[in-house]
Amino acid sequence: MAKYTLEINNTRHDIEVGSGTSLLWVLREHLGLTGTKYGCGIAQCGACTIHIDNKPMKACVLQVDDFADGQKIKTIEGLSSKGDHPLQRAWIETQAPQCGYCQSGQIMQAAALLEENSNPSREEIKSYMNGILCRCGTYLRIIKAIELATDGKVEQG
Amino acid sequence: MSSTPKIVNRREFLKASSGVALFIGVTGIMPQLISCKDTEGIKKQLQNYQLSAWVQISGNGEITIYNPAAEMGQGSMTSLPLIFAEEMDADWSKVKVAFSPQEVEIYGSEGWAPGSKLMFTVGSRSTKSFFPVMRKAGAQARYILMHNAAKYWDVPISELSSRKSFVLHQATNRKISYGDLAPILSMPKTLPNFTLEKLKQPRDFQLIGKTIPRTEIPSKVNGTAQFAIDIKLPNMVYGVLERGNLHAARPTLTNEKDIMAMDGIIKIVPFDYAIGVIAKTLEQALEAKKHLQITWSHSPAIGYNSQEIYPSYENIAGQKKSGKVIHQIGQVTTAKKLASKIYTADFKNDYVYHAQMEPLNAVVQISEDLKNAEVWVGSQQGVDPKLGVPQLLGIPHENVKINLQYLGGGFGRRSMNDFVVEATLLAKEVAPLPVKLIWTREDDLGYGMFRPLSLQRMAASIDKSGNLTSLSHYVVGDGGNLVASGAKNDHYDIPNQLVEWREVSHGIRVKHWRAVGHGPNKFAIECILDEIALGQGMDPIDIRRKLMMKSPKALATLEKAAEMAKWKEPAKEGRAKGVAFVEHGSLGTGICEISVDQNTGKIKVHNFWIALDAGIIVQPDNVKAQMEGGIIMGMSSVLYEQITIVNGRVQQSNFHDYQLLRMQDIPEHIETHLIASADTPEGVGETATPMVAGAIANAFLRLTGKPLRHLPFTPERVLEALNG
Ligand code: FES
Ligand code: FES
Repeated sequence: MAKYTLEINNTRHDIEVGSGTSLLWVLREHLGLTGTKYGCGIAQCGACTIHIDNKPMKACVLQVDDFADGQKIKTIEGLSSKGDHPLQRAWIETQAPQCGYCQSGQIMQAAALLEENSNPSREEIKSYMNGILCRCGTYLRIIKAIELATDGKVEQG
Repeated sequence: MSSTPKIVNRREFLKASSGVALFIGVTGIMPQLISCKDTEGIKKQLQNYQLSAWVQISGNGEITIYNPAAEMGQGSMTSLPLIFAEEMDADWSKVKVAFSPQEVEIYGSEGWAPGSKLMFTVGSRSTKSFFPVMRKAGAQARYILMHNAAKYWDVPISELSSRKSFVLHQATNRKISYGDLAPILSMPKTLPNFTLEKLKQPRDFQLIGKTIPRTEIPSKVNGTAQFAIDIKLPNMVYGVLERGNLHAARPTLTNEKDIMAMDGIIKIVPFDYAIGVIAKTLEQALEAKKHLQITWSHSPAIGYNSQEIYPSYENIAGQKKSGKVIHQIGQVTTAKKLASKIYTADFKNDYVYHAQMEPLNAVVQISEDLKNAEVWVGSQQGVDPKLGVPQLLGIPHENVKINLQYLGGGFGRRSMNDFVVEATLLAKEVAPLPVKLIWTREDDLGYGMFRPLSLQRMAASIDKSGNLTSLSHYVVGDGGNLVASGAKNDHYDIPNQLVEWREVSHGIRVKHWRAVGHGPNKFAIECILDEIALGQGMDPIDIRRKLMMKSPKALATLEKAAEMAKWKEPAKEGRAKGVAFVEHGSLGTGICEISVDQNTGKIKVHNFWIALDAGIIVQPDNVKAQMEGGIIMGMSSVLYEQITIVNGRVQQSNFHDYQLLRMQDIPEHIETHLIASADTPEGVGETATPMVAGAIANAFLRLTGKPLRHLPFTPERVLEALNG
């Protein structure tokens, strides 16, 4: 067991877990930030996508040891204060989720895309989002939502 | 967009104390009203479960309606309460929804046997089977409100009407809200039995058929939607099982001591087919799982190689000895004797895996005396509403409480509650500590239950005038209805038909997978039709039009889809269109447009057009979402997905070697047209998926002249077909 201090969604969290523990288990099982999901554990599905210093990363393959030096960790719970990030509003507008399980990862990946490129083409969207699986097949609505958010056409929350 | 109702959990429902809970029996038991302040009374009612509690009205006008079905993305958390609200004339913006308790006598809809009751979210049955239940219960709720308003104003009930949570008395221009009626409600002596004729006419619907946002979506974009895997209880411990990838092999653990010495390990629990480990944390449980040294016994699957099995299936299909007759009309043998031409072809499909994004899991807590249990689970429910837990513990049904959570995908996998059984057995070992059982993705896949591998032998006879006179369809595969569903044609007028199932078994776990046998069987049926059309020089739409003459509804979907796809216009250079028809409750015709990379063998699907007749559409946008998702899941299975077995062992383990369709490979458009109808709603969740294989293969046939007869259409198989 070792002690770590993590900075998540602008809040410091002190935890004690085994060295090498996956950041995903720390977030979900130790800190109760369950919006970030487990889907594969091997960086293949993207359900666990979070931001570390504003870059999208797959939490399941990260070890807690490497992210306790003040790196800024952001999860879906910290994306906006009231669930009203333009992407979240666009997601509701297009009624994108079905089962919803993949959607935190989708939204976090899309948020990172918009940080890098505020007006992505459809092809850029597809290539940036390609790592996030959706078994329910909501991809078309996700694209629509991202385009809606970038157009600034999304309804004010 | 109109505002979205909130989801409440059961505890909040009980706590709400400002009004009156309205318990309305749909089983013919008289409804009862209980003041919400009488929490003991409510608890008693709910504990006794003798009456149903579909709805609660509070003084501020808030209305809580129960949803009796699982929510796995198909939208029942909205559509079922919405049907109720429609008949109740509730103001939807003030409606909250909650899962109903798992009490089948109260909340069930008619099951397969007439008069039976079922809470089971399978076979796309929710909207269809609950439509009458929710309407009647909603109408009863409205009647009670009207009755009380009539008493309050001392006017005949016949002079009253209702709208958006108000009772109106037009003659005196008065109105009173449902909320204001709540504190003064009393039960009428009798309650009319609402027959269908007494319910609203479709033209009067205010909510059904409108674009209304789904209730649970806001929680699915901010991370708060709760799945069973998210549950955390005080003192909760974690369970994992090593089940191997050889189904039904028995394990012997050889390093028990070493495992017990590892950090955080609480208990090792042997199962017939697995070794379970309970640990303080999930990472400790997983670490122990990695170190388990297990020798596995023989299993019936040993020696089985899935990709080498097809020749034996061909033999079985060719045997004289007939299999189980699934469907028979006319005389296929006679028709064949009189035929001027016979078309035959074999179609094959490999195993596919559910791959629901949330791996299986459940949380179970059992009281120290082992007399009570509570379960948190994402389940499609089951024939036993308590998911098998009472039998397992030898306790009465009422001592088990099931807390249904959202499902991170079901697709048929969560209609089998083996993971609930496992979690219960683990929890029993450490009672009263709650146990969260998690299947890793590797567990979920390696010990998966697959859509069976099967072969369809099709033979069709054509007479001198070019009529299709008979179709025989032999299905070889494991699992009865799992491979046979969808082999029967109700909408093609073929005078002589024979469907047979010829059984095999390999010791591989098999299960319903979205649309079940419809996937492989519609593939075979739709493709043989196009092969006939090609041979006879007919257009694929024309051959179907002729066959559908006696089924105007099916025909309407065909004509509409052809119009949407501009079927008659020549396709773009290098592309072709293909058509397939599917009935799965609802009727649908799908047309896709594809191209093929001749060098790599990769098929690209550009567009999909669907015309659907699903009767009354409760939630049109949601039905379209189901079509989109169904097509994409269909494309994923048709183009990529493949489980293979070598010497009984599942060869894939996770998403790196079991590929799902990703965003880069989706079509540009999936367009759905919903045909207007006043008929009862039909299920829509499984109608799109089985269109895909036939539509793609038929487009490929038109593009290249070559048939694709083996699912999935991997690039290697496509190249083989092109060069064959
Ligand atoms: S759980 Fe991390 S990528 Fe799948
Ligand atoms: S919404 Fe179900 S996996 Fe994406």
